[in-house]
Amino acid sequence: MTVGLNAFILVAGLLFAIGMFGVILRKNTLVIYMSLELMLNGVILALVAFSRYNGTMDGNLFVFFIITVAAAEVALGLAIIVALFRLRQSVMVDQLTSLSR
Amino acid sequence: MTDTLFYVFAAITLISALLMVVSPNAVNGAICMIICFVTTAALFVLLEAYFLAVIQVLVYAGAVMVLFLFIIMLLDVNKDTSDLLKDKMTLGASITGFTLLVILTFSVFAGGQHLPETPLLPVMENPTGEGAGIPFTTSAKSFGYSLFTKYMLPFQVTGFLLLAAMIGVIVVSKKHSENS
Repeated sequence: MTVGLNAFILVAGLLFAIGMFGVILRKNTLVIYMSLELMLNGVILALVAFSRYNGTMDGNLFVFFIITVAAAEVALGLAIIVALFRLRQSVMVDQLTSLSR
Repeated sequence: MTDTLFYVFAAITLISALLMVVSPNAVNGAICMIICFVTTAALFVLLEAYFLAVIQVLVYAGAVMVLFLFIIMLLDVNKDTSDLLKDKMTLGASITGFTLLVILTFSVFAGGQHLPETPLLPVMENPTGEGAGIPFTTSAKSFGYSLFTKYMLPFQVTGFLLLAAMIGVIVVSKKHSENS
C-alpha cells in the first residue's frame, strides 16, 4: 500500500472537523451526542494509523480501551437524556435553557 | 488495489459523516452513522488492525448504534424538527468554525511541512512479546499478552469503570417512588 500516514491523518482530521460541525449546528441532543461519537471515531482512526506506521502495538491497545469507555459513556449518556426527556418532554437544546435564567 | 480501496472507503466515511450531520431526520442520521462506522472498520482492515475492525463493527456499529436508534425511536423527537436553516446565527457560526478547522487541517499537509512519510513496517506473524515495546502484529494473541502484562492496571480499571457505569445507568433511569 503506497498510501502514507498523512492520508490517514487527513481523513481523521476531517472526521473530527465534521463532528465538531455537527455539535455546533444541531439542536437535537441525540444528534449532538452522535456527532461526539464521530469525533471520537476520528481520534481512534488517527491512533490506529500512528500505531501501524510506528510498528508498535500500544496505539491499538489505547483504541481498545477507548472503545470500552465510549460504550460505557454512551449507555450512561443516553440514560441521562431519557431522564431529561421524562422531566422536560423535550431534548432540543434551545428549550433546555433553565440554567441560563 | 489497496490504494483504490483506501480512497473509496475514505470517501464513503467522510460523505456519510457529513450526511449524518446535515440530515434533518435523526433516524436517517443514525443509519448514515452506521455506514460511517463500518467503513472506518474497513480502514482499520487496510491498516491491518483486524481485531479492532471486528470490535468496531460489533461494539460501535452494532451495540452503540442500536442503542441510539432505540432511544431515538423511543423518544420520537422527529415530530418537532426545528428548521436547520432558520437560525442564521448558528448556521453562520458553525460553517465558519468548520471551514476554519478544515483549513487548519489542510494547512498541516500543504507546503511540504507535513509529517515524514515512513514506510510500512513488516508485520511480525507470531510475536514473542519480550522486550519493552510490543511489536505490531496482526494476531489477537498479542492483545491478550499486552492486556495481561503491560496494561494490567488499565485493564482492571476499565472493568471497574464498566461496573460503575452499569450501576450509574440503573440509578439514573430508576423511577423515584412517591413516598421516599
